[in-house]
Amino acid sequence: MLKNIVGRHIPEPEPENGVDIVSPQRYRILRRKIVALMAVVSILPLLTLAAINYYEHQATLTGEIQNPLRVLVSKTRNSFEIFLAERTSTVSLIASAYPFEDLANEKVLNRIFQVMRREFVGFVDLALIDSKGDLRSYVGPYDLRGRNYAEQAWFHQVSIKGKYMSDVFMGFRKFPHVVIAVQHTGEDGRSWVLRATIDTSQFDRIIAAMSLEPGGDAFLVNREGVLQTDSLLYGKVLDKLPFPMPAPSFETNVVNILTPAGEEAFLSYTYFADADFVLMAVKPRPSVLQTWYSVRIDLLIIFLAGVAAIFVAVYQITNVIIRRLRESDERRLSAIHQMEHTQKLSSIGRLAAGVAHEINNPLAIINEKAGLMRDLIGLRPDFPDKERFLAQVDAIIASVNRGRSITQRMLGFARRMDVKIEPLDINRVLTETMGFLEREAQYRNVSLERELAEGLPPIPSDQGQIQQVFLNVLNNALFAVADGGHIRVVTADLDEHFVAVSIQDDGCGMCEETVKHMFEPFFTTKKDKGTGLGMSITYGIVKRLGGEIQVSSKQGEGTTITILLPKKQAEG
Amino acid sequence: MDVKDWKILLVDDEVEFVSTLAERLELRGMSPRLAHDGESALKAVAQDPPQVMVLDVMMPGMKGLDVLRRVKESHPKVQVILLTGQGKTRDGIEGMKLGAFFYMMKPLDLDELIAKLGEAVAAGGGA
Repeated sequence: MLKNIVGRHIPEPEPENGVDIVSPQRYRILRRKIVALMAVVSILPLLTLAAINYYEHQATLTGEIQNPLRVLVSKTRNSFEIFLAERTSTVSLIASAYPFEDLANEKVLNRIFQVMRREFVGFVDLALIDSKGDLRSYVGPYDLRGRNYAEQAWFHQVSIKGKYMSDVFMGFRKFPHVVIAVQHTGEDGRSWVLRATIDTSQFDRIIAAMSLEPGGDAFLVNREGVLQTDSLLYGKVLDKLPFPMPAPSFETNVVNILTPAGEEAFLSYTYFADADFVLMAVKPRPSVLQTWYSVRIDLLIIFLAGVAAIFVAVYQITNVIIRRLRESDERRLSAIHQMEHTQKLSSIGRLAAGVAHEINNPLAIINEKAGLMRDLIGLRPDFPDKERFLAQVDAIIASVNRGRSITQRMLGFARRMDVKIEPLDINRVLTETMGFLEREAQYRNVSLERELAEGLPPIPSDQGQIQQVFLNVLNNALFAVADGGHIRVVTADLDEHFVAVSIQDDGCGMCEETVKHMFEPFFTTKKDKGTGLGMSITYGIVKRLGGEIQVSSKQGEGTTITILLPKKQAEG
Repeated sequence: MDVKDWKILLVDDEVEFVSTLAERLELRGMSPRLAHDGESALKAVAQDPPQVMVLDVMMPGMKGLDVLRRVKESHPKVQVILLTGQGKTRDGIEGMKLGAFFYMMKPLDLDELIAKLGEAVAAGGGA
């Protein structure tokens, strides 16, 4: 109880006192600013890092997926080119190695063809066509005798370029094949065309050798986008490719495409230099990036957890900072108020002393003048209305005396006098002082309770002044309580510095405004009965003795005045 | 000694106060002299030392305590009753230390003053 009261600061901070009170709004703004700034400063780099990491990782991963595909496609093109080049060279070699007559002889041609088939897989037939386009001899599974190719496009091509390789076509044979035709001009100026057909099942075999992962697809198309081999996903041979052809390039490229099924995929492709073919390999992207997605989710979780941790930390730190700030602001304000209060009272004290002193001189004159008047009236036995005049003069002298007692008390509030400091037993002084009031208390049926701590250390102080302090406070308490009320006096050994004397009453209490002004001279709530100097003098004395006065009051419930007295005499 | 023979000097800058006080003392058979500042008080003491001097502490110019000090130096037998405006002030105590006979507060109680004047005259035993 006592400690609670003692812990309270008197007076409370007053916002209208011209001291800037820091409003809660300002703390909120400050908190918001700090949180925002710290969050931005810590999350922005994290975000940047995460983004860079994301894109770098994606690029690396994409590269790692694309590169094998690119290498594979390049290698496979090489295989194709070697395959085709070998066959073209073989045909070309035969065309130039044998004279026309040998080639025109079907038996010879058949023998050559058998050797070819033995050395190189894939040859289906072999035919000799003379410069007019007539089929001169043929070895193979079909009966093509008597045909003339003079009007066919490929024949014109071979006449101009000397070599021709067809796209895949079905032809008469009803299975996909490729034609290789080579023109040779003999020493006698006669020219002929040797034409071989290659079975494209060899193409399928080369593609199969790529051994693509499931979901992948590889195939050959021509430059017009017509499939030259079967594709797992995009149609049979000679179907049109369901997506547009990528730009021609003899290097192996990887591009992102959207398949007709709407999936993202990597398309790796390369154009053949010597033939009308484009090798393509398609790998669906999601399966390719599966690992990347799982990494991305990890990354996201870590990022979010990091952000959350930062926010929590920032929030906590900001809370601590703001709390410290607020506490120090409050301490500062309370110190300022305490100081202002003390200064106000001391300047009022000086003013009171000055006024009292100045008033004393005219009072002295009035006193003497009135005294002289009384003397003169007293000396004249025949003075008319003598008694009435004397009554007037006495009233003047009585008023002067009243004025004198007021000025004396005012001076008492401010004066600095040599006090007689001696060790005092506070409990004894209190008991003595309460003795003065016991009769009045009895008369009004007010109970005076005491709860005096035992073993209180003696306090170095001035008995008369301490008694005056206790008497003042007790008088006020007695004035405040109704008949039959209670006054309780409690003493306590508060801490190493102070002894506390607490005088509690259950009287009328004081409003905040009264508490604020109660130590000011001439402030009174007793109307005609008081001078308003009691508490100001009490305050002055307690302060001079190095103590404190604390007030806790609630209107209608009572007042507790706690006086702290120092255990050691203040320095100086 | 009869009050008529008391040699009293009243020193106060408040003319109305001190003249009225003098008149009241005269009514009681005394014949005090007056001075209104420290200089003239010292002069008066030098011319004819009084038995008792009633001296106001707060005066413009020379302060009461300075007057007291100088009077006590030149005429130690002169008894001084100090008048203060501030009760038991430091000035009062200081005055007592300097050898003042007594100090009184304004406004005065005349009977008390007269009693103290008598005591002072008796203590001084003449100038």
